Amino acid sequence: MHYGCSAKGSRTCKDHDLCLQYGIGRRLVCGPFTMYTEGEGTALLYFDHSASAPPHEDVVRTMMEVMTRHYANPSSLHRAGLDADRLLHRAREVLAAQFGVSASEWVFTSGGTESNNLAILGAARAMQSRGKHLITSKIEHPSVVQAFRQLEQEGYEVTWLPVDEQGCVRSDSLAEAIRGDTILVSIMHVNNETGAIQPLEELSSVLSHHPRILFHVDGVQSVGKLPVKLRAWRIDMFTVSAHKLRGPKGVGLLYVREGVRLQPLVYGGGQEAGRRSGTSNVPGIVASVKAIRLAVEKQVERQVRMTGLGRLLRESLADVEGIVLTKCPAAPHIVHLSCPGLKPEVVVHMLEQEEIYISTQSACSSKSGQPSPVLQAMGMERTLTESGLRISFGDEHTEEDIHRLAEHLARAVTSLRPIVKGRN
Amino acid sequence: MIRYDMLILRFGEFTIKGKNRNRFEKRLMEHVRQALTGYTDLKLQRTFGRIYVYLNGHEHGPIIEQVRDIFGIASISPALTVPPELIPIQTASLQVMESYDSKERTFKATVRRAWKGFPHTSQEMNHLVGGHVLRNHPLLKVNVHQPQIELRVEIQEAFALVYCEVIRTVGGFPYGTNGKAMLLLSGGIDSPVAGWHAMRRGLEVEAVHFYSYPFTSEQARDKVIALSSRLSRFAGGQLKLHLVPFTELQTAFASMKQDPLVITMMRRAMLRITERLAEQHGALAMITGDSLGQVASQTLGSMNVIGRAASLPLLRPLVMMDKQEIIERAEAIGTYPVSILPYEDCCTLFVPKSPSTNPNLRVVEKVESFVPEYDRLLEEAVSKAETMILEPEHQVQLTSPDEEDWF
Repeated sequence: MHYGCSAKGSRTCKDHDLCLQYGIGRRLVCGPFTMYTEGEGTALLYFDHSASAPPHEDVVRTMMEVMTRHYANPSSLHRAGLDADRLLHRAREVLAAQFGVSASEWVFTSGGTESNNLAILGAARAMQSRGKHLITSKIEHPSVVQAFRQLEQEGYEVTWLPVDEQGCVRSDSLAEAIRGDTILVSIMHVNNETGAIQPLEELSSVLSHHPRILFHVDGVQSVGKLPVKLRAWRIDMFTVSAHKLRGPKGVGLLYVREGVRLQPLVYGGGQEAGRRSGTSNVPGIVASVKAIRLAVEKQVERQVRMTGLGRLLRESLADVEGIVLTKCPAAPHIVHLSCPGLKPEVVVHMLEQEEIYISTQSACSSKSGQPSPVLQAMGMERTLTESGLRISFGDEHTEEDIHRLAEHLARAVTSLRPIVKGRN
Repeated sequence: MIRYDMLILRFGEFTIKGKNRNRFEKRLMEHVRQALTGYTDLKLQRTFGRIYVYLNGHEHGPIIEQVRDIFGIASISPALTVPPELIPIQTASLQVMESYDSKERTFKATVRRAWKGFPHTSQEMNHLVGGHVLRNHPLLKVNVHQPQIELRVEIQEAFALVYCEVIRTVGGFPYGTNGKAMLLLSGGIDSPVAGWHAMRRGLEVEAVHFYSYPFTSEQARDKVIALSSRLSRFAGGQLKLHLVPFTELQTAFASMKQDPLVITMMRRAMLRITERLAEQHGALAMITGDSLGQVASQTLGSMNVIGRAASLPLLRPLVMMDKQEIIERAEAIGTYPVSILPYEDCCTLFVPKSPSTNPNLRVVEKVESFVPEYDRLLEEAVSKAETMILEPEHQVQLTSPDEEDWF
């Protein structure tokens, strides 16, 4: 992408000389998220923020500047090392202020997957003398599911909580699953596929009677979109991923409440208070914290705006034959639907021809071609579970963009249906 | 979840003090108000031996966290307030008991009738309240001698208070009501704890730290700043820290070829400098983290020789405490994780192989008299001391201010 364009992101820059110079093939790129085709001048629409969001330009700048100026190893003794180390300290302070917790309660990792793995494997292994029973749900992200599968191999017992037809874990089923030897509960905040918001407040009030059980929440899809109350919801560990909120890839965070012990996954020089060794990714961490601050500070505004866009999209698609909107208490930035009878990837490819990008299942499982386990857990029919599409939007989208998406999506589904019908 | 609408903050032992009591209470009220500045819609009311905090819809948990470290408060209870009538009191009692899960438990009801106009006596009320709870909770049993839960009701003319939780807090005197003292803050585990104990007795504290750059690193200085910032939470939000350059004195002592006495001389010089700072800042005592026998400079013999260097009272809050108790307190006040960071402080350097555990005062004085320009060095250390004012939200100082934009 070309960040040098002085017309950053504005829609008039297709005439901009610099941009034209950077034109590669028929696609021109300028600004962090607006791409233009040479001919018609229609903007590329990227509706896959839940997979990865385009980095904020301030984040890119921070990353570049920190990388250039503070190349020393933050673990080094000399002043250059100390200066880099101070950036890490400051990063923790900013995080602490944003989430109302303390600076020492953050561990930097390589991403959401590592944070989820560290929380689940690390806590389960550190607490095994207390019990070997774990609880999670059937709709978790693969980085949670597979961590629990691994623990099952190691002799732990896992209860996989069902969800209701709206895709939500119910607090009474959590209460029933808790036993004397339960050590860990891991439930996501927002489902990455349907966008379903899990009732964390209710779940935490069930857990408030069991202070010894650790509560891990995968917040990868929720930070910046919904309020997050780590203390009030008695959360012991919380996963954040930077690139989902316009930060760089390769940086994850794990909030670990003071007093929670974790067995590390990565051993070495004892960075991150021994919980995650390896030279700290200083530029990535500073840039990530910037992205998180930007995301969290504007959370309320964003929630209102995106709720409006989501409503608009749902209304525009409500009457289209062949589209079934998934009903759930969804996070503001995710709209999920099924197109029964169609292969969802065909729809993805058709929209891609119009420079509109949407997604099938979550990016981490979209290539499997299998029916979605999340939708199956919601008790949906097979025609729906194998034809799910996810649309997830960001700050750059306008009502106009939503109209364009709805129009092309409707057109794609309508034009594909007769072909499929004929075949059946 | 139960929504309490009031916190009862009970005063500590200072309530027995006669004339000064009002001054103490007023000061405490200021500290509580200050700790709760973020919450504009709370109402505070001072009554005999207590402060009532009307929660106005706020959750009690976070508010308790805000005030639980304030010195002078001995205990806190979240409570329900209801009109002083039988039925509302019974209903509230049930509500309070329902905040516990429905396991088998024992309880007793204790009703205090402060307002004698209430139609039932305390004795009658014990039965009326306890009976009502029992009827509605078949798993509860009464045990008047050792109940697991004590349900308390206080009936006043304006309202009745219903609660069962009494959270013991630190007690002591309101910060700054018993004069001022200087704290020798090393960066280790003990001295911040000593400072906390002094503050709890109502002393206003200013910290003094000695650094020996380049023998000690900048991280060591950052560490003391972090400790002071942590301690400032207990000092009403602000703590003065004096940073004293100690390199020259230290190298002067080291070159005297009297290795076993170096630590003794250093400690004496620190007291002398601190005493001068105390005079400048109007402090009447010095506080150290000495704990008897812990290291060579803390044997009785060493304490005697070191202590004689100064004439201001030396307060040693930890002198009779075990290391484990000190560590537990350090963890509770949040200084422990900072204290155990690995950076050297100026006492751990220059430590001789066999420091004297029983120095001879006359020998020490003799050696000191040969230290070239001893007095000038002391004077210089005092005059070159930097003063910082630290607050709980003290942030890491970045290399240059424009770097703030990165965050």
